[in-house]
Amino acid sequence: MPQRQLTGARIRSRRLDRQISQSDLAARVGISASYLNLIEHNRRRIGGKILNDIARELELEVAVLADGAERGLLEALRAAAAGQVQAGAETEQSEDFAARFPGWSGLVVGQARRLAALEERVAAMSDRLTHDPHLDTALHEVLSVVTAIRSTASILVGSDGLDPDWQGRFHRNIHGDSLRLADASQALAAYLDAPKDEGGAAFSPVEELERFLDLHGYHVPGLEGPDPMLSPHEIVEGAAGLSAGGRDLALAWLGQYRADALAVPLDQLAQAALDLDNDPAAIAEALEVPLVTVLRRLAALPVGGAHPEIGLAVCDGAGALLHLKPIEGFALPRTGPGCPLWPLYQALSRPGQPIRAVVTMPGASSPRLTCYAIAEAQGPVSFDTPPVYAATMLVVADAPVTPARPVGRTCRICPQPACTARREPSILPEPSVAPIGGP
Amino acid sequence: MAKRVLLIEDEPNIIEAISFILTRDGWTVHTHSDGETAADRVRQLPPDMIILDVMLPGRSGFDILRDLRADPQTETIPVMMLTARGQTKDREMAMRLGASHFMTKPFSNAEVLEHVRSLVEG
Repeated sequence: MPQRQLTGARIRSRRLDRQISQSDLAARVGISASYLNLIEHNRRRIGGKILNDIARELELEVAVLADGAERGLLEALRAAAAGQVQAGAETEQSEDFAARFPGWSGLVVGQARRLAALEERVAAMSDRLTHDPHLDTALHEVLSVVTAIRSTASILVGSDGLDPDWQGRFHRNIHGDSLRLADASQALAAYLDAPKDEGGAAFSPVEELERFLDLHGYHVPGLEGPDPMLSPHEIVEGAAGLSAGGRDLALAWLGQYRADALAVPLDQLAQAALDLDNDPAAIAEALEVPLVTVLRRLAALPVGGAHPEIGLAVCDGAGALLHLKPIEGFALPRTGPGCPLWPLYQALSRPGQPIRAVVTMPGASSPRLTCYAIAEAQGPVSFDTPPVYAATMLVVADAPVTPARPVGRTCRICPQPACTARREPSILPEPSVAPIGGP
Repeated sequence: MAKRVLLIEDEPNIIEAISFILTRDGWTVHTHSDGETAADRVRQLPPDMIILDVMLPGRSGFDILRDLRADPQTETIPVMMLTARGQTKDREMAMRLGASHFMTKPFSNAEVLEHVRSLVEG
């Protein structure tokens, strides 16, 4: 039923909620009760003065009565309901609910969003716990020392008449292991207890680079223009939290940024993005530059302009993530294998062939994302060495309304059942949505 | 003649403790700590059974096991794998590669003895 026709239902619902009789309201706005009855049952259109008067009497905004609750709020409510199907929310009455209880509706939507954010955080932490090599090594150290202590202590306790030389040797071993265990435990505790405001410890130079870029919003004004104000070295010199490896990566990234900025000036790019609806291929053709350069430049557009939210991922030929600019609804594991259904990985099997796909991650409120990916050989071509490929994927939040390909983050934290790309069981419960990657 | 066990493990005090309990139980224990050369050591001996740690310097226990199972000289030697990771996928990988048994650290001496005896003597 068209939304406009539901104005009458909203009037009726609000009137009953405020315990006003039909005849009383009709009298207050100067119409007959029978006419109001027809309006309330959507048999008469309403507008102008009568609508204004009724809205005033019912103490509601005219827009709320005429158009219902905001479309975004309604969609968010329905998404929240879809994410908890087992709760049995009456979705057919979501508009009525939003109109009558906008505050409660906002609370429901806010809680659903918070839940989604927490799930994302849990997924990221689980991802780290599963694949983080530092944690793996630290746990291995602790468990190995514990094993040695347990085994040695067991010999000492269970061996009557143990040779004094062996006895002394095992005592020394236990003492040494206990010191190692204390050190390993403290290091592990410190590692897990990283400051929360920094989002946890940086595990690798790649993550240090991500933090560094995140602080800059992935846009570096000092490197823009024909005569930049700063050099990559000057920018990195003042940066905190970068190890030697992180500095090298930052310098390489900023050098590439500067080269891209020279090839595609910011003003030209911004205008072309608006004119060509952020289509990277069209922009590359218009500006006569390589597609991959446009992908990187679009991801470096300043935040807050007329452009949609844009993410970027770059991986090497083995699928290892080299760079990630996450946006809402788009995340890949920093370490360990990601979901192979992402165009980023599929591009690796078709080097030089641009791939475009609209995707969405699990979760009823996950946004639709348009992905543009391409894999290209890196460095000079040689007859004697195999080419080394890297794939680049741009992720644009403003996706058209077309069927979206479901994708995940990584199998272990992906709830989708019956996926042909699944490589290991998930730790999450199955959702009530269609399977992904099916035949 | 005492049966020979090759313990491939890089943690010195685990080596010492397991060597002690196996020797006391009548086994001849050989040890090796480097993953890179472990398969060669197996071929040199060869032992009646192998206790193989997964995380070794130079080469992982999984890779070593894969090599041993691909070599007719070593393919039938019982291998008990030790790991600090008890994840299902590690256990499944070990068994898929042909491990005879999979033991998660920290284990007890009694468990080690029981499985060594069982794997060699049946």
